[in-house]
Amino acid sequence: MNKRRPYVRPMDGWWRKNPFFVEYMVHEGTALFVAAYAAILLTGLVRLSQGEAAWNAWLSALKNPWYVGFHLLALAAIAYHTYTWFKIMPRTMPPVVVGGQRLPAWAITGSGLAVAAAASAALLGLVWGLVR
Amino acid sequence: MSEKQKIIEIEVLRYHPEKDKEPHKQVFEVPFTDDMSVLQGVQYIKDYLDGSLSFRWSCRMAICGSCGMMINGEPSLSCQTFLRDYYPARVRVEALSHFPIERDLVINMEGFIEKLESIQPYIIPRETRTLAQGEYLQTPEQLDAYEQFSSCINCLLCYAACPQFGLNSNFIGPAATALLHRYNVDSRDGGKSQRMELINSEEGVFNCTAVGYCSEVCPKHVDPANAVNQNKTNSAADYFLRFLTPKGGAK
Ligand code: SF4
Ligand code: FES
Repeated sequence: MNKRRPYVRPMDGWWRKNPFFVEYMVHEGTALFVAAYAAILLTGLVRLSQGEAAWNAWLSALKNPWYVGFHLLALAAIAYHTYTWFKIMPRTMPPVVVGGQRLPAWAITGSGLAVAAAASAALLGLVWGLVR
Repeated sequence: MSEKQKIIEIEVLRYHPEKDKEPHKQVFEVPFTDDMSVLQGVQYIKDYLDGSLSFRWSCRMAICGSCGMMINGEPSLSCQTFLRDYYPARVRVEALSHFPIERDLVINMEGFIEKLESIQPYIIPRETRTLAQGEYLQTPEQLDAYEQFSSCINCLLCYAACPQFGLNSNFIGPAATALLHRYNVDSRDGGKSQRMELINSEEGVFNCTAVGYCSEVCPKHVDPANAVNQNKTNSAADYFLRFLTPKGGAK
């Protein structure tokens, strides 16, 4: 008789077993805020198409302290998502060769973050200019 | 010998298929010196405390890839991990995660061996050459394209770091994909279209959700996550190319 009886360990709660996996799950979780924020902006677009009164109602609803609080939370979540996104980016791309040298991971992560920061600042500046 | 012998507690996950229903922990007190690896600690247990303890090892210098274990929950080569870094706390040792335990710290790696065979880990010549034509020549750039992926020692730490493999053991996984990629990007090789079928399949690269821990634990800096993710792009290109070229892409 075969005496082998390989034991397969259960996977329950796998993501709690290693700090790396916890960070991964938080990263994935913050994507929900990205989706939620997209939904808010889309609602604004729909309200805009419904006329001036609807649009103004949406604007004043946004001033509700709960909404403002949610925006702060979303800002933090999306900032974290952006950071972890660019951190993993070098692992997901083919090698980038510049002047015969392979670009190091930190350079890819760094340029991603710089572009994200510049784009956010430009957008902020644009909207700021529009509302004033 | 120093005036005071240091003793560290090593907690081992034991499993004896003929006696145990499931694995259980056992703690050993092991005298050690600062130059002792976790592997040497486990060898001490086998030599002096309990001869029935089973584990794999060979080279003791991070090159054969047989001594992988979970050490305090992290996939590690036990010959390259030192007891002094855990002392005075207890160090926990367990068989590599996500693989069936054959006995104690020995895993069943048959599944991986099958995957390794399936990727055709050898050069399938792009063109037939006779001996008289001499060797294949390669530029440093052509070597650079695959060299990193050829450093794999089949230690399987990356599989123990991959939750998607843990959830679905059919997933071809990090090391096999890295090796597959190693041959696909070799300028001498012409077997890419055969190997792409595997990449595109149910068992292929789309099981990966870019956790990235595999590359973090790899002792040879193979960066298997990079091979897997580059092949997601290759697979997508393959899918669209078949509409454009009669013989491009896989089925
Ligand atoms: S890719 Fe790295 S971690 Fe995975 S088997 Fe090869 S050497 Fe080990
Ligand atoms: S014993 Fe060979 S890699 Fe550790």
